[in-house]
Amino acid sequence: MPLSPVLTKRFGTDQPWKIDNYERLDGYAGLRKALTMQPDELIALVKDSNLRGRGGAGFPTGMKWSFIPQGDGKPHYVVVNADEGEPGTCRDLPLMMNDPHALIEGVLIACYAVRAEHAFIYIRGEAVHAIRRVTQAVVEARRKGYVGRNVLGSGLDVEITVHGGAGAYICGEETALLDSLEGRRGQPRLKPPFPATNGLYDAPTVVNNVGTLASVPGIVLGGADWFKAMGPEGSPGPNMYSLSGRVANPGQYEAPMGTTLRELLEMAGGMSRGKALKFWTPGGSSTPLFTQEHLDTPLDFDAAVKAGSMNGTSAVMIFDEDDCVVRAVKKWSEFYKHESCGKCTPCREGTYWYVGIYERLEAGDATSEDVATLLDLSDNILGRSFCALGDGATSPVSSSIKYFRDEYLAHVNGGCPFPGVKTLAGAH
Amino acid sequence: MTNFRTSVIQLDRPGDPSVFDDATRADAAAIIARYPEGQARSALLPMLHLVQSVQSQITADGIAFCADQLGLTKAQVAAVATFYTMYKRTPTGEYLVSVCTNTLCGVLGGDEIFAALKDELGIGNNGTTADGKITLEHAECLAACDYAPVVTVNYEFFDNQTVGSARTVVSQLRNGERPEPTRGAPLCSFKQISRQIAGFFDDENAIASDSNGTGIPTEVGVKLAIDRGETAPSYAVSSSGSAGASTSTQPSGQTSAHDAPLKTSKSDPAADESSAKPPAQKASRTPRKAAAPKVAEAEAAPTLFGDDDASTSESTEG
Repeated sequence: MPLSPVLTKRFGTDQPWKIDNYERLDGYAGLRKALTMQPDELIALVKDSNLRGRGGAGFPTGMKWSFIPQGDGKPHYVVVNADEGEPGTCRDLPLMMNDPHALIEGVLIACYAVRAEHAFIYIRGEAVHAIRRVTQAVVEARRKGYVGRNVLGSGLDVEITVHGGAGAYICGEETALLDSLEGRRGQPRLKPPFPATNGLYDAPTVVNNVGTLASVPGIVLGGADWFKAMGPEGSPGPNMYSLSGRVANPGQYEAPMGTTLRELLEMAGGMSRGKALKFWTPGGSSTPLFTQEHLDTPLDFDAAVKAGSMNGTSAVMIFDEDDCVVRAVKKWSEFYKHESCGKCTPCREGTYWYVGIYERLEAGDATSEDVATLLDLSDNILGRSFCALGDGATSPVSSSIKYFRDEYLAHVNGGCPFPGVKTLAGAH
Repeated sequence: MTNFRTSVIQLDRPGDPSVFDDATRADAAAIIARYPEGQARSALLPMLHLVQSVQSQITADGIAFCADQLGLTKAQVAAVATFYTMYKRTPTGEYLVSVCTNTLCGVLGGDEIFAALKDELGIGNNGTTADGKITLEHAECLAACDYAPVVTVNYEFFDNQTVGSARTVVSQLRNGERPEPTRGAPLCSFKQISRQIAGFFDDENAIASDSNGTGIPTEVGVKLAIDRGETAPSYAVSSSGSAGASTSTQPSGQTSAHDAPLKTSKSDPAADESSAKPPAQKASRTPRKAAAPKVAEAEAAPTLFGDDDASTSESTEG
């Protein structure tokens, strides 16, 4: 697959985050066109494009929009999930830093389509650089008549509020995000009802990821067929793959959905220190690990699932033969333990016990039964919590045991066989 | 979020909302005004950042103030304040130094950096130096994995750190200097950055001049596409139904500015030079030159049809 910059095409140009520069590069042309269409036409267009949510789950965006009940007399809301925090995931922040107006344009089109008059952009609190950038972009857009009353004389009213979070991975889960936005602890809600009918302030709400909404102006300008010309029919479009870890040139590579790791590694100059690829995540730590044998697996929502993982956020973290998989998974487990909101017992307790076992493995105090216990724990977490955080926590554990059981067993006798790891065991 | 097992907030006194001045009250009202009528509680997270911008931590006073402003009980506010990692229970130093020790950064050197800084500063996780200058913490994934390992100071990024470069940053901070972050705005104090997170940008010009925030990994793919002449399909071509894979040359007669990635700083020596700079320095603040692309309205006529039904919804987003 060749590179196909669409979301990233303005990256590296002269201050693309400034509205004048954005307008010169087709900025807000999608909105102008959208305002000449009927809202239902826009929903049908996005549905026809097969755009699937870039936040991880890959739910069809147009379908999500179509679930918003119309003519119900309630206010509707559009909420942007910019709480990027899945380990390995690093594409929404550069998108907001470089092209904040593409997000705002997508938000405005979404508001028009689902008849919402107020949108919220929930940006993780630590990302103060993005909060600054997007806030400034909203100010600029308001001055130019894109935001506020009577957008471009169309009669559309849209307010946009930028909202900073306060440090909680769980708020990337859409219902936890809504609770957090309502000023509560960010804990997930039981679904159904879904946000489409009972979302923010119990009103119909669309929750979309940054990359999802930033894709919308292009679809309006290019059409559904243009979008589907890239990648597989069921999971199409240009996609930002974020490469990190043991790779020569880490960074953002935008290519059609369905690009393989072999192709991505070729773009990124190969492995970074002449070592062999050992394990990698196709879409963040919550997606089961892949290995050498998956170099040619197309990375799209359907093919990744077929190969035993998920596309997730296309956060490709790459590790080589000198990296200890047990150490990697231990650290991810510490993350899930820290970020579990505590609402559901299997996730809260299971992640706690994971960490204890991994500490024993690393220190050489584990027995071979501990490996079975890890799998047992995974069985008791998976599918037994309100949201996907618990499920995600099991992904690296189960998949690493599946592919690297011998490495676990090597830890049973004498602890981590990789040099240097044990001395850092107490790093936290 | 905060580990619930150790979430204890010291509410050993009722708290006095009057320690906050009228200006802070006016700011609190401005936060509430961002949300729809009757939904003032949405202001709570930014308001907690606001009280933290005054006191460098969440105290019983701050909790009482927020409860007062929003018509909530102090228990309701404390429940929220103890849930989120960014609300601090003890006085925070002038600089909050956060070292990412999640897997990717940790394996690439973050664990060594965190261990070295603990040693250097003589404090543990969430500890503050005796002079009140530096609070040290380890952070979960900061969404900058392509710049790993990263350290932030008051949430501004220092990319591609080593033990040596991180030690240098910390010793500069202790000496009263403010090293320049690799990306983002110049450093300010923890209280000042808390005010920004609450949504207050008192100097709009300073914010607007924050002309950085992007670096080599962010642009590496688009630059490679230009080098290779690879593009996404053109809007105009595809809307006529004949689009295939990407083309390596500009289709003649198609003038959409979307046909190709835009000329970037490939030819900008400042950008290239920055790759050779040591970490903890600005990548490049030189404004990037770009060829002004032709503006063209795309005239796509999308085929419209609808289909329906499904009843699931997205779960955890990134």
